[in-house]
Amino acid sequence: MTEFVKPTVEYFELWPLLVVFGVACLGVVVEAFLPRRVRYTAQVVLALGGLVLALVGVVLVAQDVQTHDDGAARGVLAVGGTIAVDGPSLFIWGLVLALAIAGVLLFAERHLDGGVSAFAGQAAAVPGTDAETAAIAAHREHTEVYPLMMFAVFGMMLFPAANDLLTMFVGLEVLSLPLYLLSGLARRRRLLSQEAALKYFLLGAFSSGFFLYGAALLYGFAGSMDFAAINEAVRNDVGSSSLLLIGTGLLSVGLLFKVGAVPFQAWTPDVYQGAPTPVTAFMAAGTKVAAFGAIMRLFYVALGADRWSWQPMLWIIAVLSMFVGAALAITQRDIKRLLAYSSIAHTGFILTGVVGLQATDQLATGEITSVQAVLFYLATYGFATIGAFAVVSLVRDGGGETTAIDRWAGLGKESPVVAAVFAFFLLAMAGIPLTAGFVGKLAVFSVALAAGAWPVVVAAVLASIVAAFLYVRVIKVMYFDQPVGDGPSVAYPSVLTATTIAVGAAVTLVLGVLPGPVLDLAAVAGEFIR
Amino acid sequence: MILTLLILLPLVGALVTAVVPGALARLVGLGFAVATLVTGVVAATQYDVGGGMQLTETRTWIESLGVHYALGVDGLGLLMVLLTVVLVPIVLLAGWREADAEGNSGARAFFAWTLALESLSLAVFTATDVLLFYVVFEATLIPAYFLIGGFGRAGRGRAATKFLIYQLAGGLIMLASVIGLYVVSADAGQPSFLISDLAAIDIDETTQRWLFVGFFIAFAIKAPMFPVHTWLADTTEKATTGTSVLLVCILDKIGTFGMLRFCLGLLPDASQWATPVVVALALVSIIYGALVAIGQDDVLRLIGLTSLSHFGFIVLGIFVFSSTGGAGAILYMVNHGIATALMFLVAGFLIRRTGTASIREMGGVERTAPVLAGIFLVAGLAACGLPGLSPFVSEMLVIVAAFDHHWVVGSVAVLAIVLAAFYALWMYQRTMTGPGRVDAVPVADLDRREVGILAPLVLALVLFGFYPMPLLDVINPVVHDTLAGVGVSQEGGQP
Repeated sequence: MTEFVKPTVEYFELWPLLVVFGVACLGVVVEAFLPRRVRYTAQVVLALGGLVLALVGVVLVAQDVQTHDDGAARGVLAVGGTIAVDGPSLFIWGLVLALAIAGVLLFAERHLDGGVSAFAGQAAAVPGTDAETAAIAAHREHTEVYPLMMFAVFGMMLFPAANDLLTMFVGLEVLSLPLYLLSGLARRRRLLSQEAALKYFLLGAFSSGFFLYGAALLYGFAGSMDFAAINEAVRNDVGSSSLLLIGTGLLSVGLLFKVGAVPFQAWTPDVYQGAPTPVTAFMAAGTKVAAFGAIMRLFYVALGADRWSWQPMLWIIAVLSMFVGAALAITQRDIKRLLAYSSIAHTGFILTGVVGLQATDQLATGEITSVQAVLFYLATYGFATIGAFAVVSLVRDGGGETTAIDRWAGLGKESPVVAAVFAFFLLAMAGIPLTAGFVGKLAVFSVALAAGAWPVVVAAVLASIVAAFLYVRVIKVMYFDQPVGDGPSVAYPSVLTATTIAVGAAVTLVLGVLPGPVLDLAAVAGEFIR
Repeated sequence: MILTLLILLPLVGALVTAVVPGALARLVGLGFAVATLVTGVVAATQYDVGGGMQLTETRTWIESLGVHYALGVDGLGLLMVLLTVVLVPIVLLAGWREADAEGNSGARAFFAWTLALESLSLAVFTATDVLLFYVVFEATLIPAYFLIGGFGRAGRGRAATKFLIYQLAGGLIMLASVIGLYVVSADAGQPSFLISDLAAIDIDETTQRWLFVGFFIAFAIKAPMFPVHTWLADTTEKATTGTSVLLVCILDKIGTFGMLRFCLGLLPDASQWATPVVVALALVSIIYGALVAIGQDDVLRLIGLTSLSHFGFIVLGIFVFSSTGGAGAILYMVNHGIATALMFLVAGFLIRRTGTASIREMGGVERTAPVLAGIFLVAGLAACGLPGLSPFVSEMLVIVAAFDHHWVVGSVAVLAIVLAAFYALWMYQRTMTGPGRVDAVPVADLDRREVGILAPLVLALVLFGFYPMPLLDVINPVVHDTLAGVGVSQEGGQP
């Protein structure tokens, strides 16, 4: 029997992770001990402070981190090899933290709905009962959402940095469980919200089961949960290849569910529509970033040598995702559902970048790598998405947000700035040049074509045409259609939402016009370590 | 630096126009357009007629993708730049009051979008980096979309969407080819999008053909050519005539410009491989466009469709691979810009007076508005290639080259002259002559402002009709260089 070795914890490298986790725990304590009237302020300050501190930590670690033992890239394997703090991890951490800061700002918005947040007054009160009326009358709001969100952020950071299958599973669960809860906490249209939460939870739990089964099979194949060991086993062709293939497939189910790839996309529109819009914004941006980080790590680090078996699968899923997402988005009448289907299409485009994996010796000097392209795309997608949903939360009528697209007619005249910003986000998602979305598309298509995946690129181009139609249609409604009835009204946001929208728009513009620095950053991030 | 200035001026103008108070917006916008015109003329004086890329600037833009901010003009680019800077102030003057009309988005928006479109078009014609070209090529669609959708007749929102989807489709197909070029250059050692770097790479046959298809589809939609022209008539029908001038006379030139610079310039072997198909499509466009134009009742649809025929001539001139044809095609691009702009604008003035664009409901205009009718006739005769007006020269050059290419091609192309006379003169006859409708309000003649707007275009038609040499001097080196790149022997001298 081997002797138990106590793992060392690299506190410096894991600082960002620990800060977020600590703040999340502290948030729970705050919730239990502080009086109700100061909780909002305390929680918002705590969450923002923690996130900023963690972001500073990411920058410091990124400057300090040394070349890994294998000499391939910079990075440190922490906590006994279970967490890989390498370039891609740090890039994703930074991105998740920045998106989370924007998310907190949206969570904290109270100007739009008469001085209360977008979350239910009392989640335990059954919709339509006296208890609910009383909670609304008392201007109650749930401040637990901040610690919940911080736990989700912790999960989003752990998930892509995990260096073995068990840690990855823990990350997956820590990221998912708070999001299931948050989805059900909408103040308005609570039944829809609760339905969404239940659906998300059930399907999510199922997909976690798939992931776990796949992890078990892969352990059976390699005799280890560790990615480096699995990689060795794949290279040396030990063990049963059917275990490897089935395990890979089951793991993929779990991961592809999280990014909403077809055929695991069914939850996306319902959850995006039902969840409170700030949660949708944070979840849509953050989950996708984290989950794609994890997908790349699993497929590149652990299964890179076996890429001939998983690349065809991802080819098909990428093509299906973009076509199903784009085509179904066209039929939607609700803006949040439309953005949900568009996110499915974007999953397809990002997967196009993932299949662009090439061995290092096949790349020309200065040629863009698939990790670089995917990381860049995630950055562009994250900010455009969070900004777009923030705009959605502004357009309201008597019953809360006006999400029916028809009701947006005439917004261009009613509120030129809001319409212009939203149109800009839509154009970015459509990939029009001089927006970030274009450079992102260019990057992922380039790596896929360079890796010989030209059928996927051709499909992606055709799907982009379909997708362009749906975004243009919304712009047409906003600018050129006659308003229905009174037309929509735009609520004046506080500085919180306004900041989020402005930052989202600014990032989308800057990454479109001067993408060099961020592309370089993604290049400096380099490759994954084992 | 002067090219950067040329692009920045209208861009800044667009931003300033968008924020100044409404009354000032028109003056400010026109001021910037005139300043751009002056800058363009100054740039032209610095250009040396000898040929080659001139006034070049190169800076790295996105290093990891090999993208450069690289500008430069050859004779072709210079002429397109001049056409753009001349037409934009004219369009602004012509749309002075129209954009404020009921239901339109207002003069400020019209001026700002027009200037934005000018800036991006100038960038398209001066870009010498493929990705920079692509970026501004696609970006022109945004101002164009808002110009079509925001101003004009009922149903324009739909027309704008149709326009945008067509163009985006073409653009995205081209994106695949652009990325293909990136991969080719990466495989050759160093990723770069500079046209000069790409031209030096020997691309293998299959790749070249695929890349050609991507580029050609995009440019054929843009130009437009049969069978991807159906957005054209809808757009010109619904949009204001000013917008139509910007679209058909400037933006659509990007299509044929791109064929010359990218299809022939970067993919010469594939261009020769595709010649039979392209020539056939060009001939169909020429004849089909003219035939369909004859059947139109809407003046603006009719003019739009005549352009289909004209672009067929330009593409034919490009793809017969001779110095006569090439020179004719480039000259045609300039002449078509002038003649069609005149046609659209005078038709716009006419429609504002009659309140209808339907030919059937007009008639007898020449009795009360002789000047308007006269200019309309000049524009019509220019379209059908009357000697003494500039389109005649270019049309003859293309037809001569077509006969050199193959007698069948020449014979089919020559038919179009007859058809053009038919649609132009028949339209004139139905709208301007005859007794007119009994209940129709008498049409007032053009006022001095309107005559002043149209006069430069009429003068240019006559001037270049008799004396096209200055244009040909600029054009010939480009044609020579392009054909040398394709590897066509150039006997038979310059036209």
